[in-house]
Amino acid sequence: MSEMQEKSKEVLLSIQDLHVWYELKRFGFGHAGFVRAVDGVSFDLMQGEAMACVGESGCGKSSLMKTIMGLNRPTKGDIVFDGTKLTETQGEALRLYRSKIGYVQQDPFGALPPFMSIQRILEEPLIVNGIKDKAERLDRIRRTLTEVKLTPVEEVLPKYPHMLSGGQQQRVVIARAMILEPQLLVADEPVSMLDASVRVEILKLLRGLQETHNLAVIYITHDLSTVRYFSEYIFVMYAGEVVEIAEMETLLNNPQHPYTQALLTASSDPDANNALVMRDIPPGEPPSLVNPPEGCRFNPRCPEMIPGKCDVKRPPSFETEKHHKVLCWLYEGEKIVDATG
Amino acid sequence: MENKNDDKLLEIKNLRLHFSTRGGTVQAVDSVNFELKRNHATVVIGESGCGKSSLAKAVLRLLPRNIKTYDGQVILAGEDIMALDDETFRRTIRWKRISMVPQAAMNALNPVMRIGEQVAEPAMVHLSLTKKEALQQAVRMFEQVGVPTDFVYRYAFELSGGMRQRAALAMSLVTLPDLVILDEPTSALDVLTQASIMNLMKRVKNQLETSFILITHDIATSSELADSVAVMYAGQIVEVSDAFQFFSAPLHPYSRKLMASVPRLRMDVEPEFITGQPPSLINPPTGCRFAARCPARFSKCDEEPPMLQIGDRQVKCWLHA
Repeated sequence: MSEMQEKSKEVLLSIQDLHVWYELKRFGFGHAGFVRAVDGVSFDLMQGEAMACVGESGCGKSSLMKTIMGLNRPTKGDIVFDGTKLTETQGEALRLYRSKIGYVQQDPFGALPPFMSIQRILEEPLIVNGIKDKAERLDRIRRTLTEVKLTPVEEVLPKYPHMLSGGQQQRVVIARAMILEPQLLVADEPVSMLDASVRVEILKLLRGLQETHNLAVIYITHDLSTVRYFSEYIFVMYAGEVVEIAEMETLLNNPQHPYTQALLTASSDPDANNALVMRDIPPGEPPSLVNPPEGCRFNPRCPEMIPGKCDVKRPPSFETEKHHKVLCWLYEGEKIVDATG
Repeated sequence: MENKNDDKLLEIKNLRLHFSTRGGTVQAVDSVNFELKRNHATVVIGESGCGKSSLAKAVLRLLPRNIKTYDGQVILAGEDIMALDDETFRRTIRWKRISMVPQAAMNALNPVMRIGEQVAEPAMVHLSLTKKEALQQAVRMFEQVGVPTDFVYRYAFELSGGMRQRAALAMSLVTLPDLVILDEPTSALDVLTQASIMNLMKRVKNQLETSFILITHDIATSSELADSVAVMYAGQIVEVSDAFQFFSAPLHPYSRKLMASVPRLRMDVEPEFITGQPPSLINPPTGCRFAARCPARFSKCDEEPPMLQIGDRQVKCWLHA
């Protein structure tokens, strides 16, 4: 990793105190509160860097990604991508903004239209983005398919999604995300629907693409064990907030937030001894995002809750070591890096 | 662990389940043999399409119409239940002795029926309990699986995924069966919920002395419950082994490859992938079905290997002959 850091890098994506709230309506018009899907998230992503986002369903990670891709509007805060402020972008500029971000969906079969051939599926983004020359389009499709190792290309082009295996379908999805040569790839659980034996293959493909194209990647997952082979940085989301962010090895070896610690305890490696022990899992379930708990949002489930503190005041972000930030009162006394709350 | 009863609960001999389709005969389950002890959990692992779910359906006789072949023996506590007619099977075996949590059971709950009534229904139908008694039994099961007892009066949409999965599990336990078959019980759940459901199944197994067949493709999770492991490939069981021996040193080349493909959280090893694809079950290769993808393939592999007994383990591979 050290030689990677020596290269001077530019910030590609900067998330600044981002809030994404959805309004709840009563009877279709009366205001009934907000779902605070993303609540005060800030981080930077450098060019060519892979970052993993870990969190359970309903923690706001999909809302965050949709907002990054320009599909949602931020309620508060802003996203700066490649020098463009999302809140100031509209119309044609927004389309251009979106074309620089590729998206790999979770369920490849659901993401590919069943009535379109692979060629048509891959041609669509090129047509939308104004590449009028048919020969050039085909040329780019062939190049991309070769790159995702879907060969022989001529055999794949006329096929329909159902004629391909799950792994091959996911390659088509990746090809579609890559065909406009994006600067950022958002991969939403790209391997969770696939068999263990194919998973590794797809992850290695994504890693290879990232390195050859100097591509920034945000890899969303709930499976901590695949993260390790993939990313330089990792952040953990809980109930709309980023509770811990660190370099990957640091986070896996020295998790500091009680929630991250619980996630690591819950993830097992294959070992027959697992059957003999009970895992120490915090009780309860993630809170409602309409009425999140006062103070730290993990406090009702936290084994190390400090009464009178954790349930009263939202913790700021403490920097416990270089590049390692934790949203937890246990680390009070460390340097405060951001005190939104 | 000490009071482990060593008698056999279930014995499957030469079980075959073939479907006829337009493309030909699909050999979904082909000559499967294995045994399950009382109060034991066996996990069946394998890739999608290897016949794991068909095996579960063959044991419970939940069959579609296009059956070509369905034979062999399923011996439950000394009785060959394959010999029973459908009506007797339905009355005395299904739910009462063997129950199942099918794949995505949490999404299959009836949306217009209270959870408690749904969980109580098998007890009313199969144990002839009155509604009141059955509901009491359902409440006991809710306590067992960690669902708050007032959830009896709620509807499925009011429950989170984890709670619905627990309710589905309570439903399969309400008749106190000898054997519960779980088909991918945690694959749609979050990490923490998954771990707490596995905790729960360990507790249920010890307290109710239930046996489990756990069908999954998630090898790491499977090790949370396994007493023994059966590896399935292309409709056949290729290895049956005690969990401790399996997870430390699998015998079959496919099992080894499968274990090597699991990304490790706590060990610094690069996972490998298995090249190629499983064969079609319509015309599977005549010899060893894994031969085409096997790194250790040799001339003998063109013949079908027998199931070899090695100590108390079984493996279907010529390497160990």
